[in-house]
Amino acid sequence: MNKHDPKGIPHTTPRQSATFTQDINSDIRRAAATGIYDIRGGGAKRKVPSFDDLLFMGASISRYPLEGYREKCETSVTIGGLHAENPIELDIPITIAGMSFGALSGPAKEALGRGASAAGTSTTTGDGGMTPEERGHSDKLVYQYLPSRYGMNPDDLRKADAIEIVVGQGAKPGGGGMLLGQKISDRVAEMRNLPKGIDQRSACRHPDWTGPDDLEIKILELREITGWKVPIYVKVAGARPYYDTTLAIKAGADAVVLDGMQGGTAATQDVFIEHVGQPTLAIVRPAVQALQDLGMHRKVQLILSGGIRSGADVAKAMALGADAVAIGTAALIALGDNDPKWEAEYNELGTTAGAYDDWHEGQDPAGITTQDPELMKRFDPIEGGRRLRNYLKVMTLEAQTIARACGKNHLHNLEPEDLVALTMEAAAMAKVPLAGTDWYPGKPNTSY
Amino acid sequence: MQTIDLQDIGLREMNKTLHAQADTTNQTAWEIVNPKGAHAIACGLDAPIEVTVKGSTGYYCAGMNQQATVNIHGSAGPGTGENIMSGKIIIEGDASQYLGATGHGGLIVVKGNASSRCGISMKGVNIVVQGSVGHMSAFMGQSGNLVVCGDAGDALGDSCYEARFFVRGTVKSLGADCEKKEMRAEHIEILKGLLDEAGIDADPSEFTRYGSARNLYNFDVDNAGAY
Repeated sequence: MNKHDPKGIPHTTPRQSATFTQDINSDIRRAAATGIYDIRGGGAKRKVPSFDDLLFMGASISRYPLEGYREKCETSVTIGGLHAENPIELDIPITIAGMSFGALSGPAKEALGRGASAAGTSTTTGDGGMTPEERGHSDKLVYQYLPSRYGMNPDDLRKADAIEIVVGQGAKPGGGGMLLGQKISDRVAEMRNLPKGIDQRSACRHPDWTGPDDLEIKILELREITGWKVPIYVKVAGARPYYDTTLAIKAGADAVVLDGMQGGTAATQDVFIEHVGQPTLAIVRPAVQALQDLGMHRKVQLILSGGIRSGADVAKAMALGADAVAIGTAALIALGDNDPKWEAEYNELGTTAGAYDDWHEGQDPAGITTQDPELMKRFDPIEGGRRLRNYLKVMTLEAQTIARACGKNHLHNLEPEDLVALTMEAAAMAKVPLAGTDWYPGKPNTSY
Repeated sequence: MQTIDLQDIGLREMNKTLHAQADTTNQTAWEIVNPKGAHAIACGLDAPIEVTVKGSTGYYCAGMNQQATVNIHGSAGPGTGENIMSGKIIIEGDASQYLGATGHGGLIVVKGNASSRCGISMKGVNIVVQGSVGHMSAFMGQSGNLVVCGDAGDALGDSCYEARFFVRGTVKSLGADCEKKEMRAEHIEILKGLLDEAGIDADPSEFTRYGSARNLYNFDVDNAGAY
């Protein structure tokens, strides 16, 4: 009995709304208090159909496995052999995605270069241009050509091993960026040719071309300026993967980078991250279909990104037809981002390890997504590079383990027929059978 | 004077020949005939040479130019002089959209008119247009100077940063956070220098200066309607 229940009538238990959850209510309270939408870093946090919903079947009587550690399972990949004089040769099909100097500290960019180089793969610049540290520590560096053109100059363009024209990214298809004033140090301001301390907007579309016909001419110009030597990638968000891939190929891309909604960003509106774009699982098959329809599969490479975390994810991406993957958020975690050892400081920022996503505020306790000189000192680029190399090696070994179990002597030989899906959604998106059946939704010549 | 017939040798060979010119080259004068509106003519130059294109050009002529002077004896297509770093581009006719987009330095002179988005995202380039410019010119302009001897279209200098705009005629409308500014002696000096360099005879005192009101530099919810 309590004061509201003087007659002892039984009460229902307090019930939280499935619509107005505590998370949602906190969003409403924050919006009401501030009058501005929530900006954060990272990718979609909502649960979406993912590679976790797929399983490899492994070997059986009809497929025999390769001996682990004894029989070779190749992992190399060549990117950009179609038009470029000097394609990129990678030892492993896991690349480091574009992240800007500005969003990340100089030492963090250096560590990405060190780790990628030690693992035999490439890393990528970002909005803000190429730094000498990054170039110096990266054996293979992909130069992002972005709408803002911050720090863009032909000398750096010619120093790049490949050029990636960024049309969009998975976290915010159709959106630009914003680097808040607190991260605009003297060096960042100088590289971007803007006053120190102001909010820097990155445009959402290129200033000097619109549409696929223009893109073809832009690619021609970049090839002319770099003497047709280096591959040109086109990066698109996972928005309309079949058509975007088709148009990128027709415009003359050597490789297509396709980024699903779990892919991270340095900063954008939470509503954008969570409600625009498609899950990585949903975009790979349409893109591969586009490549196959044009007879370009394995000629124009497909690099898939957005929530890739393990060798299993790598193997699944490749089984569905990707040539390589790119990692961003996972690489930052390998460097030490969101490490529980900084829990007390995450708590001071009103968050907890694993959930910290206010990268744009520049207060990263791990010293990675910051330009604060004191915080940056916490991060050792040599140790960070070693950790990233280890992580890349582990992912590669994991993917090889799975490939050998499926009887494949190269990761590229993995195929959709090696997979089953755990859910109807995943079966439909990946076009592989629901486990225990020979059917997936939308399979040709089947009835529902 | 070295003459290249573009129709004879093709774009790749032409650009390769121009790219091969070093800082110390004695062959400083080049003429390109039969351009026929081709794209990416003389882009990525990086030597103190003077290239004259005898006719109209397509997209991205003299894109990312360094050191060189490129004369276009005709009209110029979209994105001419995009991301120019240094040197000079002189267009005898009209220029299409995105002229000098994101240009970091150097000078672009247009004897005719320039279309929309002239000087978009300019980052230090100077652009002098003898005629008029179209809408959204100098959108997000960061630094450098845009001189318009005629009129400017809608939304001049929208969301600009520290770039300066000098317009002699009318401005159809100003973009977000762009405002009329006082023309001080130092600005008259800058403008006079640019007009002289461009070889345009105009009285600097007839121009009005525009630039950023700097109200949108840091987000403020009370300005939300302007975003």
